[in-house]
Amino acid sequence: MKTLAFSKRCAKEILRDPINLIFGIGFPLVLLLLLSALQKNIPVSLFEIDTLTPGITVFGLSFITLFSATLVAKDRESAFLQRLYTTPLSGFDFIIGYMLPLLPIAIAQTVICYIVAIPLGLTVSVNIIYAVIGIIPIAVFNISLGLLCGSVLNVKQVGGICGALLTNLSAWLSGVWFDLKLVGGVFEKIANVFPFLHAVEFEKALFCGDFALSKAHILPIIIYSAVITALAVLCFLRQMKKQ
Amino acid sequence: MKAIKAVGLSKRYKDVTAVKDLDLEIEKGELFSLLGVNGAGKTTVIKMLSCLSKPSDGDAFVGDFSITKQSDEAKRIIAVSPQETAVAENLSVKENLELICGIHSFSKAKTEKKIKELSKIFALDEVLKRKAGKLSGGYKRRVSIAMALISEPELLFLDEPTLGLDVIARHELWEVIRTLKGKVTIVLTTHYMEEAKALSDRVGIMKNGVLLAIGTVEELKSKAGADSFENAFVSIVRGGIK
Repeated sequence: MKTLAFSKRCAKEILRDPINLIFGIGFPLVLLLLLSALQKNIPVSLFEIDTLTPGITVFGLSFITLFSATLVAKDRESAFLQRLYTTPLSGFDFIIGYMLPLLPIAIAQTVICYIVAIPLGLTVSVNIIYAVIGIIPIAVFNISLGLLCGSVLNVKQVGGICGALLTNLSAWLSGVWFDLKLVGGVFEKIANVFPFLHAVEFEKALFCGDFALSKAHILPIIIYSAVITALAVLCFLRQMKKQ
Repeated sequence: MKAIKAVGLSKRYKDVTAVKDLDLEIEKGELFSLLGVNGAGKTTVIKMLSCLSKPSDGDAFVGDFSITKQSDEAKRIIAVSPQETAVAENLSVKENLELICGIHSFSKAKTEKKIKELSKIFALDEVLKRKAGKLSGGYKRRVSIAMALISEPELLFLDEPTLGLDVIARHELWEVIRTLKGKVTIVLTTHYMEEAKALSDRVGIMKNGVLLAIGTVEELKSKAGADSFENAFVSIVRGGIK
């Protein structure tokens, strides 16, 4: 019950911040609408809605990282966490409390993207459901990355690292906007090391119903999610002890 | 019975000694003030006694529990209202109070009863539905202290409770703190002499991490041979008495 109480508070803090709503829901939708409008006016197939939408849902999760990191960093900077550290809440309660509300927010963000994409010409099939379910391990990675950043960085640094650097990394190295094979070479090799490209390819494969291909990309996502979650837990508990 | 007993409590940060060999006993139900200028070590003492920070040396007992060996048990009987206003800004006052009730696993009925009771004590009825972040400094402090009292602690730590408040808000908060006297042991830190004088049963004066003197306001005046508490404080801090 105590974890749930803290978790409810975190959900309210995130959802009541209009900037979070604008970036979390509004920005991915704007990109979806703009790029599909652009596609209609160019002769080459660059932003086809069936390949664009899964990519946008993954890119949108970088804002979940930002929300998660900002919330934790803000709490650390204010005396609010200090107060809660003197209550019966354990480290486990804090971590679950921060992570739990962000998962449904991430899923809702994905569902909204797919719903908006339907009138834009998205192929409707049962695979959308698989793609929505498939977003969960990617969301866990993004939420944990936020928890990790929020545990070691201050609010200003979170803005720079998660708000600017991470969204750019996620944009350039994920293959959402262009086919990385076209660039090839070292750039493609670097992109393969990070989880962003695998996440986008995993979502695209699920959406197309190509489960064999999706299996090839799930492993790096799971490894990244597990490692980042473990690091986030360690760093959060470390800063908690430091208090 | 002692509410707090500290023996040789010290805190060092690299080369800086924030608190040095603190021996302190506070009676149950007492309102004890730690008075000192900025950097005296008051907040560090509160942080150690409330299990937020581990002592470098020594130990303290909060009720029957050692803060170094039984911090989980100690945490069950204490509550802290930190120096900065520690409220969830995007939550209403009622939601802030509900949050702490939830963290302490209160039933719905107990939560409602507690909120009603604290709203009355702290005159929060008017602002229950308002976002905590939009409240005035005085109201935020009230909410902060009300949140600390939800768990019905035996010991309440108030770190600079009236810092930054205007004179009216400060006096209003003093009234609230006075209503708590005797019901719960209170340790407050302040650098306002009139606050320590107005509220405390006893006052401890700190400087550079050392507890220089301890006693009632009258005892401290007498020890320092001063005609006012302010002069006594200045004399003690400047090394006028041992």
